[in-house]
Amino acid sequence: MARAVTANRKMINTAIAWAVGLLIFFPILWTILTSFKTEAQAIASPPIFLGFDWTLENYSIVQERSDYMRFLWNSVIIAGGSTLLGIIIAVPAAWSMAFVPSKRTKDILLWMLSTKMLPAVGVLYPIYLLFINLGLLDSRFGLVMVIMLINLPIIVWMLYTYFREIPGEILEAARMDGATLKEEILYVLTPMAVPGIASTVLLNFILAWNEAFWTLNLTAVDAAPLTAFIASYSSPEGLFFAKLSAASTMAIAPILILGWFSQKQLVRGLTFGAVK
Amino acid sequence: MYLKNALRAATALTVAATASAHAQSLTIATVNNGDMIRMQGYTDQFTEQTGIEVEWVTLEENVLRQRVTTDITTKGGQFDIMTIGMYETPIWGANGWLVPLTGLSDDYDVDDILPAMRNGLSHDGTLYAAPFYGESSMVMYRTDLMEAAGLEMPDAPTWEFIREAAAAMTDRDNDINGICLRGKAGWGEGGAFITVTGNSFGARWFDEDWKAQFDQPQWKEALSFFVDMMAESGPAGYATNGFNENLSLFQQGKCGMWIDATVAASFVTNPSDSTVADKVGFALAPNKDGVDRRANWLWAWALAIPAGTQQEAEAKQFIEWATSKAYIELVAANEGWANVPPGARTSLYETAEYQAVPFAQKTLDSINAADPTNPTVDPVPYVGIQFVAIPEFAGIATQVSQEFSAVYAGQQSVDEALAKAQAITTEEMEAAGY
Repeated sequence: MARAVTANRKMINTAIAWAVGLLIFFPILWTILTSFKTEAQAIASPPIFLGFDWTLENYSIVQERSDYMRFLWNSVIIAGGSTLLGIIIAVPAAWSMAFVPSKRTKDILLWMLSTKMLPAVGVLYPIYLLFINLGLLDSRFGLVMVIMLINLPIIVWMLYTYFREIPGEILEAARMDGATLKEEILYVLTPMAVPGIASTVLLNFILAWNEAFWTLNLTAVDAAPLTAFIASYSSPEGLFFAKLSAASTMAIAPILILGWFSQKQLVRGLTFGAVK
Repeated sequence: MYLKNALRAATALTVAATASAHAQSLTIATVNNGDMIRMQGYTDQFTEQTGIEVEWVTLEENVLRQRVTTDITTKGGQFDIMTIGMYETPIWGANGWLVPLTGLSDDYDVDDILPAMRNGLSHDGTLYAAPFYGESSMVMYRTDLMEAAGLEMPDAPTWEFIREAAAAMTDRDNDINGICLRGKAGWGEGGAFITVTGNSFGARWFDEDWKAQFDQPQWKEALSFFVDMMAESGPAGYATNGFNENLSLFQQGKCGMWIDATVAASFVTNPSDSTVADKVGFALAPNKDGVDRRANWLWAWALAIPAGTQQEAEAKQFIEWATSKAYIELVAANEGWANVPPGARTSLYETAEYQAVPFAQKTLDSINAADPTNPTVDPVPYVGIQFVAIPEFAGIATQVSQEFSAVYAGQQSVDEALAKAQAITTEEMEAAGY
């Protein structure tokens, strides 16, 4: 039986939810506001919230100094490519683990996840040397491969969790109807797991978009994505907070818009199977 | 006819493709600061003169350091020119990782580079990086607050005077701190400042046998003095303040004095950013009364060529252009003398127009007062004032500065921090085979 919720209670819950949401969003809001201030207003104490002379000067300086579109395009290719490749590899892997598990499946899953616990800097030199020898330094292909491999455990884990919610009997019925393995995965399993796959894609796209260790260390000019764009405006000797905020806003804007429009799928995917 | 046109077009395309394939392009890794960004704006003029294209990779200082270190130690060959500092240059030069800057043209006038900079960027007398700009550190103070306190800043103050003036200028009710200094952990942040403070009290990192010296009374005196003065007159939470935080406080009129990089002088006197631009005076960094060393450092951001680059000649050509007298004149003509890269060339300080810049002479005096080979009173086996030019230093000094920052934050005592610093340094140096 559903619990009765009074109007007052509902209002309080909504207010709390909004307050928590605003609290989480505040740093992003502050970055956006700072990007419209002058450098002097950006460091003013007490801080100025809205009562300042709005200016687009920082955006114009950033645009003039950096080729934003080149960084953006690299981000799209690296985040999109690594996510797509990851999904292509992870769907069959998660299918096998969810529907034909062996006695070592759990161990393999844990081992995959354990690779995420290794600090990235620990393997910087081996990967860097590998990239030199393979001629992959400052290449988008190299970045796609590295970021795909970094995120692959998460993709497999997420898909495995979603696939486990799908009754095996449905796949069995498809097999009895003569579906091949490829048809079973493509036409039966995948459509049923679309919310889960969509949220996995979105989450990993965001993770790849924000990845800042490998993208900074393995790129120079040709493959540098938006993380390198932001890093070029950070300075320990000089106050460039307003320009840095403008660069940050430009870097997060695409992913923020994507997240806004796909929030329904994201929430649906993340809560997939939570209520039975 | 059609075939003929097609052949012509194909030939033209091939020529164009070959030309573009042969177009020279330099990739330069650099830091994000005002002078470097300004130089990027003038790069088109270099390209026009030489036909050499330039690609910039601009990164935050610590990221840049990690990035170029990885590349040079693995011979990655990602950069034709690297922006490095006085700490890396002699070490990398000794390792054979940098191209010696020999055979520079007569017009370049290498002897015009300030001797302190040239020595700091050389190894065994060979120059490995050309200074783009150089800096020392000095006292920047509020002339109005000093006057109101009934005091007069000497040209070369002592720490005792600084402490007295700081206390007199402190006005907690109006949010004015007598003095703002770096307390942030990190060898290049608070670590650099406490090291030069130590020098000015006669302390040193190592004795001639590379034994750590944090158990000596000079360190205890220096650190205790710093902590007590900041408790009396410093801003709240100074344990996390670095250059930028103090610059922000000073520009908003919340500091009576600030001792930091000479390059900050142009920021605090710039009326578009600073609320106290017309009320700033300058003095040499202080010393403890009777100690013949001041708390001023020496640093340069310099351009170096990694060994193994395929474009050594073009890279040298760029370095000659960017660090030349002509470049300084170019910036002066377009943006005024106060905005030229300071601290690299003797001739700049002989220019009448530059001598009129309020902080020019004190910057030169501060640079000249710094001696990287004799940073403190007692002899030391190392080169460097706010650092020790050995590869292990960055790691050790970062840990030590974290211990000191914990004192500033009130998390441990001076004695505890010094004991830990001694243990950390001894252990790391023994492990490194000293």
